[in-house]
Amino acid sequence: MRHPAPPLAALRCRSRRTPAEHESVKPRRLVASHVAWQLISFAFFFGVWEIAGRWPVSAAFPPFSQTLLALVAMIADGSLAKAYVSTLQPLLIGIVLCGIAGVGFGIGMGLSRTVEWLTLPVFIILQAAPMAAMIPLITYLYGIGLTSKVLAVVFLAAPVIVMNSYKGIRNTNPSLVQMCRAFLGTRRQEVVKIILPYAAALIFAGLRLGLAMGFIGIVIAELLITPTGIGDLITYHSSVAEYPSMFAAITSIIAVAALTLYGLERLERALFPPEIRGS
Amino acid sequence: MMHNDAIVEVKGVGKTYDGGVEALKDVALAFPRGQLSTLLGPSGCGKTTLLKIIAGLIPPNTGEVWVKGRKVHGPGPERAFVFQDFALLPWANVLRNVAFGLELQGVPREQRHEIARRHIAEVGLGGFESSYPNQLSGGMKQRVGLARALAVDADIILMDEPFSSVDEQTRRKFQEELLDLLRHKQKTVIFVTHSIEEAAYLSDQIVLLSPRPGTVSRIIRPGIERSKGPDEIRRDQHYLDAVDEIWQILKQYVV
Repeated sequence: MRHPAPPLAALRCRSRRTPAEHESVKPRRLVASHVAWQLISFAFFFGVWEIAGRWPVSAAFPPFSQTLLALVAMIADGSLAKAYVSTLQPLLIGIVLCGIAGVGFGIGMGLSRTVEWLTLPVFIILQAAPMAAMIPLITYLYGIGLTSKVLAVVFLAAPVIVMNSYKGIRNTNPSLVQMCRAFLGTRRQEVVKIILPYAAALIFAGLRLGLAMGFIGIVIAELLITPTGIGDLITYHSSVAEYPSMFAAITSIIAVAALTLYGLERLERALFPPEIRGS
Repeated sequence: MMHNDAIVEVKGVGKTYDGGVEALKDVALAFPRGQLSTLLGPSGCGKTTLLKIIAGLIPPNTGEVWVKGRKVHGPGPERAFVFQDFALLPWANVLRNVAFGLELQGVPREQRHEIARRHIAEVGLGGFESSYPNQLSGGMKQRVGLARALAVDADIILMDEPFSSVDEQTRRKFQEELLDLLRHKQKTVIFVTHSIEEAAYLSDQIVLLSPRPGTVSRIIRPGIERSKGPDEIRRDQHYLDAVDEIWQILKQYVV
């Protein structure tokens, strides 16, 4: 009931090599286990990476230590910070747009059969559509600028945000709605005092999953449309065979996405503890 | 002690659900003011449907419900409902849940909290004002549900199998307290149950419904002297006779 099947399924099939995987699997385990185990787990992972890099598995696969040094260098010369400013800009614009319009649409679909009938098919199709295939179309229509990148984020993030809001509204306990009517609540009170608070946790979870999709969207856009920001760092260092720097860029975006989403999940637990949340 | 004026009248009510299930057929009933009536019958006899039609939560297909001389078109301030599944807001504490009916009516915060505190104490939940529903037992949750219904000061309290998700000991204790509480309040109570003992113990009037489609099978007035204590009532000949009479009728509906 926490994550309705379609959004999660869509997330899973896209998340093989992306930050979203950390988001959807790791944090729950992390919360459960002890901090020491988490550190051991990281140490083990980085250790294996170090060994694999020195083996060497491939000339294009640097050990962890070199990657870390490259990361420090990129932080020191400011190139990483500069890249993030340009990467996070379309991501944030896209997520804010989805947060307002997407949640709005979802709530509208949940409350009104007419809105549902008009818009539900669009979001179901969007959710199923392989986004990378639509990037050339977006580029053709909107060029290679900011608009296209924002759109890539919106196309990926909107379906899960809309569907979660819609399902949160639809799943409201009918008994509570009936209670509100029995105690002479108006339709407005029913929405404000029962349905929205009930759906709030699921709507928030939708925004979190939407951000996970947004991270995927922005990296795809930066790799497929024009190399900017973090996508530029990855492509550039790859093209000049500076693999430690390329891996440092990849690792940093994974870390940023994972930590952001982990933080949001913690916030979600704090805001909507399972004991008192509706959905 | 017989009040002949009926506060709730059900006139020829029938209800068929989408899909063709006929839940109620031509039900005609009168509920006397200030008394406790139970709707009793096997599962699927439409007793909850009838209660919700009286509450105005479900519209009947045929017939009418009149409350205090007015035809019912929906829920009204003279009726308060106690839900089988409690229907408490999980994100609100006991105080807000009990005050919720008043909150919907727009009663100012201080005032509605004061009223709610009084009713919380009345149902024996004093000290639990800031607890959340998940921290309460089933019996306590239902006390919150009852306090919420009492707080809006309706004349008629409609209770839908309020004790069905409560264990037996809690149930007995709650029944005794309910009788005690209602004796002082002059409330009319319509109570849905599938427990024969509960119906005989609590009721001034027992309406037996037959199953699918639900129709009034018999009306029994146990005539138990209400001034007696709970243990005396359970040994009272009127009580035992009522239990037996109900069973003789319901037996034929049990497959």
